Amino acid sequence: MTALTKLFRTTTFRLSLTYLALFSAAAIVAISYIYWNTTVLLTQQLHQTIDAELKGLAEQYRAGGLNRLASTVAERSETPGNSLYLVADASERRVSGNLSAVSPELWNSVGPVEFVYSRPAPGGVEQRLAYANVFRLPGGYRLIVGRDIEDRRELARMVRSAMLWGLGVMALFGIGGGYWVSRKLLARIDAIATTTRTIMEGDLSGRLPVNGSGDELDRLAESLNLMLARIEQLMAGLREVSDNIAHDLKTPLSRLRNRVEAALREPYGEASYREALERTIEEADGLIKTFNALLSIARLEAGAAGESREVLDVSALVGDVAELYEPVAEERGLVLRAEASKPILVRGDRQLLGQAIANLIDNAIKYGDGGFASGGAGSRPEVGVHAETKGGNAEIIVTDRGPGVPLADRGRVLDRFVRLEASRSEPGSGLGLSLVAAVARLHGGSLRLEDNHPGLRVVLSLPTNGGVTGNGAADHDGHLVEIRPA
Amino acid sequence: MRVLVIEDDQETAAFLKRALKESGHVAEHAADGHTGLDLARANVYDVLIVDRMLPKCEGLAVIAALRADEIRTPALILSALGEVDDRVKGLRAGGDDYLTKPYAFSELLARIEALARRTSPEEAHTRFVVGDLVLDRLSHKVARAGEPIMLQPREFRLLEYLMKHAGQVVTRTMLLENVWDYHFDPQTNVIDVHISRLRSKIDKSFTSPLLHTVRGAGYTIRDSAH
Repeated sequence: MTALTKLFRTTTFRLSLTYLALFSAAAIVAISYIYWNTTVLLTQQLHQTIDAELKGLAEQYRAGGLNRLASTVAERSETPGNSLYLVADASERRVSGNLSAVSPELWNSVGPVEFVYSRPAPGGVEQRLAYANVFRLPGGYRLIVGRDIEDRRELARMVRSAMLWGLGVMALFGIGGGYWVSRKLLARIDAIATTTRTIMEGDLSGRLPVNGSGDELDRLAESLNLMLARIEQLMAGLREVSDNIAHDLKTPLSRLRNRVEAALREPYGEASYREALERTIEEADGLIKTFNALLSIARLEAGAAGESREVLDVSALVGDVAELYEPVAEERGLVLRAEASKPILVRGDRQLLGQAIANLIDNAIKYGDGGFASGGAGSRPEVGVHAETKGGNAEIIVTDRGPGVPLADRGRVLDRFVRLEASRSEPGSGLGLSLVAAVARLHGGSLRLEDNHPGLRVVLSLPTNGGVTGNGAADHDGHLVEIRPA
Repeated sequence: MRVLVIEDDQETAAFLKRALKESGHVAEHAADGHTGLDLARANVYDVLIVDRMLPKCEGLAVIAALRADEIRTPALILSALGEVDDRVKGLRAGGDDYLTKPYAFSELLARIEALARRTSPEEAHTRFVVGDLVLDRLSHKVARAGEPIMLQPREFRLLEYLMKHAGQVVTRTMLLENVWDYHFDPQTNVIDVHISRLRSKIDKSFTSPLLHTVRGAGYTIRDSAH
């Protein structure tokens, strides 16, 4: 396909041609209509004029006979204008009038007729078109009354040539313009296609050109670029996950393998085999948990999960999950304080949000007693959990009095498998917060880590269901005062 | 208990058959959806164990076909797909319970035993009795040896579920799913702590304990005098 045929096949060019044809047809119709109307009008005027002249001349003839007619004609011929007159005798000799030579056809015809006559003009004689009425008078005389209509012929010629020129110029501009616009557009499309091809070849960092004009192609390119950024991010996530799997799943796998191997080497003994097998199962269960968590996060981040959304009250859900964990906290020597609030409606997946809240409370319980408790002697460190509304968002807030997370690590702990040194002693996969972040993201919300002075304050923020809440700023402050140390 | 295992993986099927037999059940096996459907239509089983991905006829379609034929044999769906949405799909197709691979056999056993129990014309029971422990579902009252025991609402539901399945093993996940309606892994052994609280209320001041821990599986409530 040559560049030219490619150009002719573009939508823009075809569109230009279509418009060109449409406009030309419209122009032809419009001009023809005007021309036709003008002609009709002019013809009517012509007939009226001639009729009026004839009427006058007939009166003269009736009153004074041929001589009176001839003198009137001679008189009228003197006045300059387009009127043509001739009174001639039977031998075709002019008696009076301004029409000189008469062709035989004109002479022999009766009634209205169109004919060509010659008229002296600067630099010779010119042939002009005329219209006349021929009358035979008694005695072989002829009366011819007519008007020069060469101007009308001129008008028709002018209209015709104007139409041709107009159409020609229009076609030229239409085709030229179409060609120019198409070429410009084609160049941009080609640039996009080229970029797309390099992206398909594996270079995900490529972006479509945006020229800043804000037109539809620009807008398309911009949203495609956003899509590419998201894809790149997902691919990076995928790569990161496979790296993490390699690292964090291989370790327990090799531990598991070593244990089985060691058991095989040991001398026969049911008790020792049994113990080795039980520990193997434990290890396998841990692996399965990690694997499930990883898969969940991956599915959440791909946006493929959580189709079973419903409108639910996060405030009640918080209370519900807190109730599940309350005995564990107590066993750990902590106080889990869940503060009730008015219903806050959110559109979400109950299981996912429940798991997110559970992970947050679980973390707070695990790390909330890390010897950094500020409760003072006698009182037990407190883990607080409650929901509130803030700026149109539902916020689920979990606080603890543990070591907290240093500012520098706050972004990092949301990544998969990241566990801070302080937490290594606790069992866990390092996926808990990543899962919460993924759940937040899936629901169009966010996860923030803040300082609880001392301790950690985690805020899971979710958009509320169309602002249907029963909470206000006063509640928001009230809750905080209750949790923060005076 | 007569169990039909519809599972295309030969090794898994053989393992399930052997393990079910060792637990005192009779197990039959179908290697694809069509055979499974034919067997389930022709014979009477107490429980069906149905894998989701089967050759010839997909697991959910097998269950749906049986339900259309008014065959109400309880079915446990086994699947490698563990997300909540998949579970909902499975239960909507007519499955009665859903278990994600990989699973512990004790979990599977506890679940199918609970399912088989469910077929017995349920559940006009307004009172559960285990030994001298009585739970009244209407008045929400619990008493042991005539002495009333005060329980929190959740503790009541926990005990109710255990007593409904008295004599059977109930796993932690079953409790989490049926008492709390959570289908996720709570990481910490939250259930154990709830159980020990309940135990302190119903067993502590009595000589014969009713609530037992089954190692590696879960819990069971039974009258140890029998």
